[in-house]
Amino acid sequence: MTLVWCLLALVLGPFVGALIMGADRKVTARIQGRKGPPLLQPAYDVVKLLQKSPIALNRVQIFYAWLHLAFLLMTIVLLVMGSDLLLVLFAHAFAAIALVLGGMCVRSPYSRIGSQRKIMQIIAYEPTLILVVVGIYFCCGSFRAADVLALKTPLLAQLPLVFLAYLAAVAIKLDKSPFDVATSHHAHQELIKGVTLEYSGPYLAIIEVAHFYEVFLLFGIIVAFWATNPLAGIALASFSFFLQTVVDNACARLTSLWMVRFMWTVPLLLALSNLAWFYA
Amino acid sequence: MSIGKSPWVVHFNCNSCNGCDIELVACLTPHYDLERFGVLHVGNPKHADILVVTGAVNHRNARVLKNVYLQVPDPKVVVALGVCTSSGGVFAGCYNILGGIDKVIPVDLFIPGCPPRPEAMIDGFVRAVGLLEAKRRGEPVSAPGKPVQVFTPPPVAAPEGA
Repeated sequence: MTLVWCLLALVLGPFVGALIMGADRKVTARIQGRKGPPLLQPAYDVVKLLQKSPIALNRVQIFYAWLHLAFLLMTIVLLVMGSDLLLVLFAHAFAAIALVLGGMCVRSPYSRIGSQRKIMQIIAYEPTLILVVVGIYFCCGSFRAADVLALKTPLLAQLPLVFLAYLAAVAIKLDKSPFDVATSHHAHQELIKGVTLEYSGPYLAIIEVAHFYEVFLLFGIIVAFWATNPLAGIALASFSFFLQTVVDNACARLTSLWMVRFMWTVPLLLALSNLAWFYA
Repeated sequence: MSIGKSPWVVHFNCNSCNGCDIELVACLTPHYDLERFGVLHVGNPKHADILVVTGAVNHRNARVLKNVYLQVPDPKVVVALGVCTSSGGVFAGCYNILGGIDKVIPVDLFIPGCPPRPEAMIDGFVRAVGLLEAKRRGEPVSAPGKPVQVFTPPPVAAPEGA
């Protein structure tokens, strides 16, 4: 049964991720008073990239792109199998590290600065993600993801501030303004393209597909915050998605140092004060 | 699925006066919204499908232009935007000007004008997408003897009372 769920997540994941990203571009366009591209535009982009001629600077670069995808798949499989959340967190961090190494192994300065800023992003959001896992441990009494689904009350009722902190971390993972310092989606460029600068054609498609999986994963975790009622969970994820898009359009890009300062104060304190409740 | 559903455009300013560049960016504004065709304005030639060049090429930037052209992965389409890019324009014959960019790289589509109107650019991009799909299918689009496509912008109607 677990195997079926794993296969389902791996097959449907990129489609759900692509649809969410397409909706993101559509909503962004509507906020800006434009018509916007079709909903399936991210899927069209990947199909286009697969048809372009492959150009790579070295073989290691391609290896790291595959490694990035592989670790994300591993993260999703571990989560669906209901295994240890700390292991899920480590696999997820390794996926980001693979992207950093991929950007570092070429001699382009833009790519390298993008990688360094990606490291800053990891430093910024990783403590928050660890506190999310700790919060889930306080609620369930174990680190196993399977126990989250067995809860009688939704996680959100006990971890509202941790959830807000998690939303900030998701904004960084999705490269949303004001946190899009390492690379950026849509048309607003940063460092030309940052970490993915030296990837082109099919190799960029690998990273795009990995990003679909990541979007699926991050919004899937938001649904898990209201796992007792999946419909409410999806409503929560939709609301979070809309909030991310509005903040993305309302904010300007800020510096990577500001991002670390912000993440280590506001979301971290929110999450810590939420955890303090459990001792009160 | 076709390759023409997401034409990503990289824009290279080859010594232009900025008139064409401003008009090109105007195509992305809410009024024209080129993104509804999937067009993204990327800054990286390695991610691009359509290379849009503005301005007349000179001795100093010919090498750069050639370099940017080679970085765009195949299949690719080169669009010469504006009259300077097409023939040198008012700068033709200057001591430092080589002429249109077709002296340096193969051009698929010329959109003349000073600057071309955004409608002309959008029409040009739609034709460029057609060329991109033809190149993907392996059809010759700029064989010797076959004229490259030139899109002439429609005359602009005079405002009322002028």
